[in-house]
Amino acid sequence: MSEQWVEVCDADDIEEEDVIRFDHGDRTFAIYRSADDEYFATDGLCTHEQVHLADGLVMDNIIECPKHNGRFDYRTGDAKGAPVCVNLNTYPIKLEDDKVYLKLG
Amino acid sequence: MSGQITGPVAIVGAGHSGGRTALALREQGYRGPLVLIGEESYVPYERPPLSKQLLLGAAEAPDCYLDKRADYTGLDIDLHLECSAVRLDRDKRTLKLSDGSIVDYQALILATGGQVRQLTIPGNDLEGVHYLRTLKDATALRASLLDARHCVVIGGGFIGLEVASSARQMGCEVSVLEATDRLAARVLPTPISHYLHDLHRHNGVDIRLECRIQRLEGTDKVEAVVLESGEILSCDRVVVGIGIIPNTALAETSGLDTGNGIRVNAHLQTNDPAIYAIGDVCEHRSPMTASWCRQETWRNAEDQARHVAHHLLGDPTPFQSLPAFWSDQYDASLQLIGNPSAAAHTIVRPHDDDHILLFHLDASARLVGVSGFGPGNRISKDIKISAQLINNGGPLDPAGLADPTVKLKPMLKA
Repeated sequence: MSEQWVEVCDADDIEEEDVIRFDHGDRTFAIYRSADDEYFATDGLCTHEQVHLADGLVMDNIIECPKHNGRFDYRTGDAKGAPVCVNLNTYPIKLEDDKVYLKLG
Repeated sequence: MSGQITGPVAIVGAGHSGGRTALALREQGYRGPLVLIGEESYVPYERPPLSKQLLLGAAEAPDCYLDKRADYTGLDIDLHLECSAVRLDRDKRTLKLSDGSIVDYQALILATGGQVRQLTIPGNDLEGVHYLRTLKDATALRASLLDARHCVVIGGGFIGLEVASSARQMGCEVSVLEATDRLAARVLPTPISHYLHDLHRHNGVDIRLECRIQRLEGTDKVEAVVLESGEILSCDRVVVGIGIIPNTALAETSGLDTGNGIRVNAHLQTNDPAIYAIGDVCEHRSPMTASWCRQETWRNAEDQARHVAHHLLGDPTPFQSLPAFWSDQYDASLQLIGNPSAAAHTIVRPHDDDHILLFHLDASARLVGVSGFGPGNRISKDIKISAQLINNGGPLDPAGLADPTVKLKPMLKA
């Protein structure tokens, strides 16, 4: 399959050290902008209960799930301890012309 | 306990807090004997889905399990289900179980939870009258609500309101009968009660406040609720959610201090330092208000379990955790953290897209609690930031808190 880059949003649509939700087809993703102005993408739903991570809080490199405080490193998808023990998938991101693109895996 | 425990650990109560303690001990490297004793037939599970996803058919029992693999044997946790502790000998440090076995302990954790408070009015034993505390209760209630027409919920607290929300979504007519003058009055600030009231009214629930019930009527099955006013509400199901009574009997007969729960110190130890109490049954002094309090929340079960595991493994830090609570009803969620009741005044932070935050400040403009209400998990981010603002403890600018265009996150770094 050829590379599938999809446009997410303008680079400025995400604040620094924050996250937004991005739905594409029947899939949902969380798109992050770090305090260092880097962009990342993970699965949109927490692996503990199906809750949108974009409603959670980004602090440093951690996204904390809105409901049960499950924590993941959003750069790697790693679960940082109970109640979450299953990692998130991560997805490549690129910036072109001040737009954010996500590569579907 | 001082230093790292090596000897046997016994946990009475295989609910959320008991189960989490066992899992956390293993996660953190405790390799000694570990016994977990539970009266129910299920492995440890989380309760929040019982009144929501499980009733709606969006989750089944295994979805609620605390450890989704439920591999207690693999973790070398000696799990006794459908079993209770019948006698505690503190001198010998032994527990006698209902299956006749004797368990030795070096540390004992009482996570005995509570049982539902039952109605004592005539008709309370009719078929069609339900309570909701356990997975078994929830499974029975789901089956019962599937062909119900009119469900009367007795008690306008969280269990009652979450059941009302689920029952409406299942197509039942629903009435909620509450004894006080507003919903969830024991826990919620008044404005949040009012939002919740409006939410249920918009969803077609008939809410009766300051409502006194005289009796339930029916030949075999419940057919009506008779109010003290003489009004008769016909119905085919009743769900009672009027609170729980903490299970303190084992502690009381063993000479442990109890009040409205099993009383513990700042490390969650009872007056016998080898015995801890955690979860719904634990009564501890609030670090913020110094009054005795008992919390029946997911967060408390989780945090106290982890605290005890850490303490057993040699961490001397006292238990410090902000009270935190949420409830999902229809497509809305409310959250509350800290101690709003300890506030001198409250600042409203309105948002135009239908959500609201209330900041509860003490006399020195320090944040002591935050509550909020809104669609989905819209308020979660701000509630999390607020939790850190409470922990930071410094005075905050009331004007900034009241202005939704002033962001909260930078206040953390101020």
